[in-house]
Amino acid sequence: MTEAQEFERVLDESDKNVASFEHSEISFLKRAQHFLHSTPAAVPLIVLVLAIIIFGVAIGGRFFSSYTLTLILQQIAIVGILGAAQTLVILTAGIDLSIGVIMVISAVIMGNCAITYGIPTPIAIGIGMGVGGLCGMLNGFLVAFMKLPPFIVTLGTWSIVMATNFIYSANETIRDADVDAQAPLLHFFAISFRLGTAVLTLGVIAMVLLVLVLWYILNHTAWGRHVYAVGDDPEAAKLSGIQTKRVLLAVYTISGVIAAFAAWVSIGRNGSISPSAAVTDYNLQAITATVIGGISLFGGRGSILGTLFGAMIVGVVSMGLNMLGADPQWKVLLTGVLIIAAVAVDQWIRKVSV
Amino acid sequence: MAIEPILSARGLVKRYGRVTALDYADFDLYPGEILAVIGDNGAGKSSLIKAISGAVTPDEGEIRLDGKQVQFRSPMEAREAGIETVYQNLALSPALSIADNMFLGREIRKPGVLGSWFRMLDRPAMEKRARDKLSELGLMTIQNINQAVETLSGGQRQGVAVARAAAFGSKVVIMDEPTAALGVKESRKVLELILDVRARGLPIVLISHNMPHVFEVADRIHIHRLGKRLTVIDPKEYTMSDAVAFMTGAKAPAQPVAA
Repeated sequence: MTEAQEFERVLDESDKNVASFEHSEISFLKRAQHFLHSTPAAVPLIVLVLAIIIFGVAIGGRFFSSYTLTLILQQIAIVGILGAAQTLVILTAGIDLSIGVIMVISAVIMGNCAITYGIPTPIAIGIGMGVGGLCGMLNGFLVAFMKLPPFIVTLGTWSIVMATNFIYSANETIRDADVDAQAPLLHFFAISFRLGTAVLTLGVIAMVLLVLVLWYILNHTAWGRHVYAVGDDPEAAKLSGIQTKRVLLAVYTISGVIAAFAAWVSIGRNGSISPSAAVTDYNLQAITATVIGGISLFGGRGSILGTLFGAMIVGVVSMGLNMLGADPQWKVLLTGVLIIAAVAVDQWIRKVSV
Repeated sequence: MAIEPILSARGLVKRYGRVTALDYADFDLYPGEILAVIGDNGAGKSSLIKAISGAVTPDEGEIRLDGKQVQFRSPMEAREAGIETVYQNLALSPALSIADNMFLGREIRKPGVLGSWFRMLDRPAMEKRARDKLSELGLMTIQNINQAVETLSGGQRQGVAVARAAAFGSKVVIMDEPTAALGVKESRKVLELILDVRARGLPIVLISHNMPHVFEVADRIHIHRLGKRLTVIDPKEYTMSDAVAFMTGAKAPAQPVAA
């Protein structure tokens, strides 16, 4: 015990409970806030279950059929995989707007290599993955080493990659039949099998496995913890001895590789390979799934399982409204509401205190 | 002097453009002591501390640890050499748990295949060591080692940062303004923590603006002025106003370096 100074003498009579915790009188709302703070995937899971129940009641048994539910999974496979890549980037407090066009250019390159140039399909897939990784690495280099804002960097590479895609491919579509005849391996993820009325494609299984693998990496390896730390407080991470630049470079590169993997899955789903898919807002759909899944845009918070649930929520809502015969714009409107609600909930959870 | 300094620096120079932050500064820390470093704003205290903790590389001069010359290119290298720093902003990741924070950047992996192939973290081992260290320092008012650091009070966070330094610092612990953001009672706890760490045999470099705290715990006081060491005084022989007079240049010390 150090000797107290003059002005501190009175402390002896003061309240001594300086560091104890007040455990009584915690309201239900506070408890809920605490639970959600420590379990970030809970919010999207609850919303997902609610959405399924609401549409189930509104539509009836047809909606609950395992056929419908697995059809939703097939529809979200591509966005789910892209969302997983986006999650890594957003966890570092970044954003990747180029992810959708990286996927498209990778698909075009895989198709051209395998069919137009006649390169063996596995090598063609490898080249496509490599191109995706290089695009991601360019993003990562500009963000980590040139210290440019991720939004600007990926806004730029979005245009660059999209234009390159159209120039390189001359906007020529590779037909489904050609892929089937010359490079059936590109359709690998379209292989489906039935369990009763449920229909699962390898693409759906790949999405779930990818999310589980990333979940393991993010939560149970040092590198994963570093991704969170870099997004949470880059300065603190650096002072703790984390090579923040290397982590960022790796995250953007992996994001590009996963986008290229999504390209392979998308060839399976679409059949043909079309460069004009680059105009589809895949990047925004991936960001939507990530944000609805509770990944904080400020970085460092959220669980990748939430992204999977987020993608499922969008899939359930769009399928449900579709079956109800609603105008498709209602889906767009509802997605917008969900995004804003998700960010509002995130802000509230961040204010947690003991 | 019979005892060799554990950490010393000679002729450190650091320039930022036309500003000279360190102007041939010297520094000595002896085993088992608390050395306070004081100086006016802009005197070059932080540059000195950054140089010996590896955050900046000095342009000139040499640093010796245990008599051997060392050169740190990053805080990581200084940490590996046994110099731990508690930064003013604490360098904790708010959303990560106490245990994760204590082991950030030097995680323990599971033994065997799980660790080497699957790179799996050994959470139980890290949690146990974190808990042991915190209770050793009397900080076990923290109930849940897995709670996020952002849910802790200022004093508790400081405690976690100090515990991290004490757990890994094998040679020297540097503390930058550890009481600056704290209330009276929390400051007292942190001062006790500092003495506790010294009692474990670790020498401490304490940077502070708080004169009462400095005079209370320091064994020697290094006064920094205009980019160099002005003098080192014994807090028992001088008053706080003397120290302030030296530090601001109102009075010149009797001898240049008293240690």
